[in-house]
Amino acid sequence: MEVTGAQALVRSLESQGVDVVFGLPGGAILPAYDPIRSSSLRHILVRHEQGAGHAAEGYAWATGRVGVCIATSGPGATNLVTALADAYMDSVPIVAITGQVPTAMIGTDAFQESDITGITSPVTKHNELVTDPARIPAAIAEAFHIASTGRPGPVLVDLPKDILQAQTTWSWPPSMDLPGYKIPGAPEGSLIEQAARALREARRPVLYVGGGVVKSDSAPAVRELAELARTPVTTTLMARGAFPDSHPLALGMPGMHGAYAAVAALQECDLIVALGARFDDRVTGQLASFAPKAKVVHVDIDPAEIGKNRRPDVAIVGDLRTVLTDLVTAMRAEIDANGAPDTASWVTLTDGWKRSYPLRYSQEAGGPLKPQHVVERLSALTGGDAIVVAGVGQHQMHAAQHYRFTKPRSWINSGGAGTMGFAVPAAMGAQIGRPGELVVAIDGDGCFQMTGQELATCAIEGLPIKVLIFNNGFLGMVRQWQELFYEERYSEVHLGTAIPDYVKLAEAYGCVGLRCDNAGDVDSVLEKALSVSDVPAVVDFRTHDAEGVFPMVPAGHANDDIVLGPEFTAAEQQAATRKEVI
Amino acid sequence: MRTHTLSVLVENKPGVLAHVAGLFSRRAFNITALSVGPTSDPKVSRMTIVVDGDSTPVDQVHKQLEKLVRVLKVTELEPEEAIERELALIKVRVNPDLRAELLDVATSFRASVVDLNPDTIVLEAVCSPGRLDALLTQLARHGTCELVRTGMIAISRGGETITDDMDSAPPELALTH
Repeated sequence: MEVTGAQALVRSLESQGVDVVFGLPGGAILPAYDPIRSSSLRHILVRHEQGAGHAAEGYAWATGRVGVCIATSGPGATNLVTALADAYMDSVPIVAITGQVPTAMIGTDAFQESDITGITSPVTKHNELVTDPARIPAAIAEAFHIASTGRPGPVLVDLPKDILQAQTTWSWPPSMDLPGYKIPGAPEGSLIEQAARALREARRPVLYVGGGVVKSDSAPAVRELAELARTPVTTTLMARGAFPDSHPLALGMPGMHGAYAAVAALQECDLIVALGARFDDRVTGQLASFAPKAKVVHVDIDPAEIGKNRRPDVAIVGDLRTVLTDLVTAMRAEIDANGAPDTASWVTLTDGWKRSYPLRYSQEAGGPLKPQHVVERLSALTGGDAIVVAGVGQHQMHAAQHYRFTKPRSWINSGGAGTMGFAVPAAMGAQIGRPGELVVAIDGDGCFQMTGQELATCAIEGLPIKVLIFNNGFLGMVRQWQELFYEERYSEVHLGTAIPDYVKLAEAYGCVGLRCDNAGDVDSVLEKALSVSDVPAVVDFRTHDAEGVFPMVPAGHANDDIVLGPEFTAAEQQAATRKEVI
Repeated sequence: MRTHTLSVLVENKPGVLAHVAGLFSRRAFNITALSVGPTSDPKVSRMTIVVDGDSTPVDQVHKQLEKLVRVLKVTELEPEEAIERELALIKVRVNPDLRAELLDVATSFRASVVDLNPDTIVLEAVCSPGRLDALLTQLARHGTCELVRTGMIAISRGGETITDDMDSAPPELALTH
């Protein structure tokens, strides 16, 4: 059947099962927007292409399906770059479609030309400039295959205008031509047995659960393994929700702003079982002194992560869901043959740490509003049932620390890249992917102002996301570092709380705008926001500007140098440093 | 400097060299030489990449290259199990008094004269990078005025080939002896 390249593109997306795309048209991509009108695709018209990229990410995080964004050539395409880099760092499966100037004009510095495949090569899993309209179906099919299999990631397909306009023959499915694309097969059984033996023999084991557990939908298997092996579990920033925070074996989040028990358990353990985690510097602190007594079992689908930062004793490359199923079976056999693991005294010790050094803050009645209090109340009012979205900074850490997560895919944030402005558009994408569920963006005032204009998109689309702005008038995390490491010399971090007026701004965007500046009103304001069902509700929480995020391991320091923060006495800090239980 | 030699088969498609080069710069890998050429299969090119093993984790280079979608195969060639060659063209200033000596040096390194002028000659040398360095040292005192090297290429000794364990190796790739 004869079609244009543009029609082939739209049919390919439909055939691929895409229901929604986030985009903004322009000159070079114009031909694609004509067949979109009569297609089954729901197109969400964003206000900035970065919003389309993050929305595609939010959709992918929330649903596990591939998110799709579309932009035109030149600046349209370059505006996607931050979102692509973000998706690359956090292994989020998205496909970006960009228009390109006609093939004959490529290289001539034509209007709105940019070498987007060159620009995005370091921040995409793969990209391709399509120069033959007959290849469009295969290019799209390959893009979805690459984005969603193995270690997921972003893929960009660049389509010159003349290729979109050219006539071609439509057929589906296309045959994919990816001779160099390798997805690891099943690992050797003996490695699984080694891992099970190590886990049974360990006296102080920890499951170090990373984002791979969420992406492979293997949270139930992690829980089974943890309970079987009686092993405490720490969930990284990428894995919050992969193991319920209420579980007795849950240690919370590790790392720079991790819970003391999680950080200390990794330092003191004799075995780390890393599951879809990558020993990121924000988790390990100073690498040389990280978990000095631990043997390491490292399971990851990306062979390049094995041994990149920490050399494992048992390296297992493979799909986590398969590996975990096998590992649970092997663990049962191991226990049947040799008895249950003896971790009782270790669990008692880590329980003691949880009790002695919890996440602590103080909300005085009538005192300044603490961001932790807002998160805690949100958690209570939603029963841990919301999909929580954050950008990067203090608000992100407070949300990750204090929200009591109950299930996977209920936490979405910018982990590796640390992208300001991620939350609002990602919440938009999550809400579209999971309509009818409660999506709450927790955002900083600095972050919000980078992409807040997507409120317009959300209002017009009738998306009832909640946006809780923790407005402390500062680039809070930078301020905290200046306070701690630059002797309180605050340089260019003050934004002010009053401009813009977030309530008026929300109303101007057709949203409900609310304000809350004291702890006593938090519940009623949150309830009011949660009751809005047709447009976004934005709450301007005037939070305490001097509130820091603690615990904290200063950058580059050993995790043993963890600072509990101002809520703990010197004696407690001293005992914590010596890893005593008070 | 400890160098490692990687032989890399890649799809012969636009942008592949940029992907590979981009990987090296993004990951701060140091390479000392890179050469690319066609293979017996027009759809496949072969790169030989020499990596500085002192400053660069070679295992990471190998694994990260494997992850590139257009990369078909990566093999590390151990120096003792490989034949390594590099081609150099060397323009040398000729001092009439030392002309015979210069030609002697060339002969002993099996370098041939490919261009002859009253003041200069151009030598063509094909040898291992180490031997080439030795030749250049010898020529330096004559006054080397221009040098171009191809970067090393290498192939394994013995009957094994780079495509031996490739499941989907196109038949054209199999060498005919």
